[in-house]
Amino acid sequence: MAEVVLESIYKRFGNVTAVKDFSLNIADEEFMVFVGPSGCGKTTTLRMIAGLEEISDGVLKIGDRVVNDVPPKDRDIAMVFQNYALYPHMNVHQNMSFGLRLRKTPKADIERRVGEAAKLLQIDHLLERRPRELSGGQRQRVALGRAIVREPKVFLMDEPLSNLDAKLRVEMRASISKLHRRLGVTTVYVTHDQVEAMTMGTRIVVMKDGLIQQVDSPINLYDKPVNKFVAGFMGSPAMNFLLGNVQNGHLKSPQFDLAPSGDLAPKLKALEGKKVYVGIRPENLGLRGMSAIEEGDNIIKAQVEVVEPLGAETHILASVGGDQTLVARVDSHAQVAAGDQIDLLADLGFLHVFDMESEANLRYT
Amino acid sequence: MTQQVLMAVLAVIAGVGASLAYFFGTNWLLDRLAPDGRRPDGEYLSREPLRNAIRPWLFVLPALVILGIYLVYPVFETARLSLFDRSGTEFVGLSNYAWAIQNPEFHLAIRNNVLWLLFVPAMSTAFGLLVATLADRVRWGNVAKSLIFMPMAISFVGASVIWKFVYDYRGPDVGQIGIVNAIVVALGGEPQAWITVPFWNNFFLMIILVWIQTGFAMVILSAALRGVPEETIEAAQIDGASEYAVFFKIIIPQIFSTILVVWTTITIVVLKVFDIVLAMTNGQWGTEVLANSMYNWMFRGGGDFGRGSVIALVIMIAVVPIMVWNIRRFQTEEAMR
Repeated sequence: MAEVVLESIYKRFGNVTAVKDFSLNIADEEFMVFVGPSGCGKTTTLRMIAGLEEISDGVLKIGDRVVNDVPPKDRDIAMVFQNYALYPHMNVHQNMSFGLRLRKTPKADIERRVGEAAKLLQIDHLLERRPRELSGGQRQRVALGRAIVREPKVFLMDEPLSNLDAKLRVEMRASISKLHRRLGVTTVYVTHDQVEAMTMGTRIVVMKDGLIQQVDSPINLYDKPVNKFVAGFMGSPAMNFLLGNVQNGHLKSPQFDLAPSGDLAPKLKALEGKKVYVGIRPENLGLRGMSAIEEGDNIIKAQVEVVEPLGAETHILASVGGDQTLVARVDSHAQVAAGDQIDLLADLGFLHVFDMESEANLRYT
Repeated sequence: MTQQVLMAVLAVIAGVGASLAYFFGTNWLLDRLAPDGRRPDGEYLSREPLRNAIRPWLFVLPALVILGIYLVYPVFETARLSLFDRSGTEFVGLSNYAWAIQNPEFHLAIRNNVLWLLFVPAMSTAFGLLVATLADRVRWGNVAKSLIFMPMAISFVGASVIWKFVYDYRGPDVGQIGIVNAIVVALGGEPQAWITVPFWNNFFLMIILVWIQTGFAMVILSAALRGVPEETIEAAQIDGASEYAVFFKIIIPQIFSTILVVWTTITIVVLKVFDIVLAMTNGQWGTEVLANSMYNWMFRGGGDFGRGSVIALVIMIAVVPIMVWNIRRFQTEEAMR
């Protein structure tokens, strides 16, 4: 059990800086998720924590110990890799016990730990098999088992579910969350999948271009994104962004005229006359006359392009003024068809406004 | 000179042309001789299956014939000759075999061959693996690899000539031009005629083949090492493995089948070792090996086809198990894919 502390960590590859000024306190027993598009530096950061990449600058502590120059084997961590990285020439039991055997753990101890982990992961009937004879999901469980038996201070997971099919991924997602609750080991989990991040993390680090964009709990990231990138990255379908002008405190374009309320209204004054991005999540839009959202200075005119009925809800892909598109999540019984002109009502309480240049969320600046 | 070149070009053209003519000709003939037709009841009859059954045989026929003449027939002829006298005319039963079993020179050749078999494949594979592993860790690794691979391009006799200079001995009072003696003298030792030092001279000859074969082992093993997933190595490091543990417990087991292939391939080369011994010592000073012995009996001093054939058969029989094992292994590996 340990906390992991990163103090302005940098990683440079030649002239490229992959990770910039990364500072983060990961509390004991926390499940911290690093999320971001590929190339954002999340895996590099994880590999620096693992000791597989050298740290160019900054301080890394695991527990109370500075481990910048400690080799991976002495950091008391276990890692789960994207393609499992099982040893192909060893059977499941040997794979799981390899680390323990290297550390000269007593035999009885090894048997007990492997047995327990195998049972926990429901792979106790596979112990004699070689990795090649296992399915993807089983391999992933073995890889997890190999990490668990070590009883490390920290688990590091590098996109462990990305090679699994969708159904299995959902299943394993729950298994890993359960496992974390049960073992209570500090975990750092890297993924590019925002759904995984939202569902698993106690906190999430959103990264882009080697920089931390925001660190917060899943629901705070969703409700209070600090900038346009975080707003667009978290949530599926993604938040809609429409270009608008600030005029007399209203957000205007030929297709809409929105009057923000609450604390947003006074802040808009500073941007009077400027162009801004108006951000609104698909579920904060409703069809006029078929929505609980009240009407009043909140209409967006759009033309339906595609209707996607998902059963529980329907997604409407619509064009706004021909050159912009948005997605609205509406009731599945909405009577709309492609080509229809519709009026969408925006829930003004959930409106976000982003500065054109800094892309910062006006609400939190 | 120009005439010779012209002849060579003509020969190539004629050879390729004849092959093309054969393949197109037989193919055409097959289509003519087994065309689609009609059954007596008027039903359309395709002879495609028949043609497809014959066609591959037509195409491999030249290869089969040539292999038969140059490989299969000689085996039987050698077996036959081993039962006949030196001129191959009079049947002598197993007396050639009896001679071999009692002959000390033959025993020496067998012993030396065993030494070669133990030493050369082991050293070549070990050095090859060492270079392949280490070369990837330094910037000039590729240059080192090319240098080590170069001897592969030299013929065995050429290599022997080079190493003759390395081991050269000029008598006790003359300046030494051989690098080994030069070093020995520089260190205050006595120069030696290395290739005449009993027993150890065998190893001096073996080093030549190791020098040649290390490049081969290195190239193949280098490719195999590239195939070891980086993640398994990283996983092992995190699992607590030292560099040595990673190498011996993770990398070696994953490329073990390749190591065996390299080992057996070199073993087969070694069983046939001939040129180096012929060029360096011609089997003198206790360096005789089977292939050189066979050559001497078969073609020198008037030739003794009977005894030469016996030795040839011994070499062939020694190679067979390794070949069979190699092929079996290859097949099981293919089956596992």
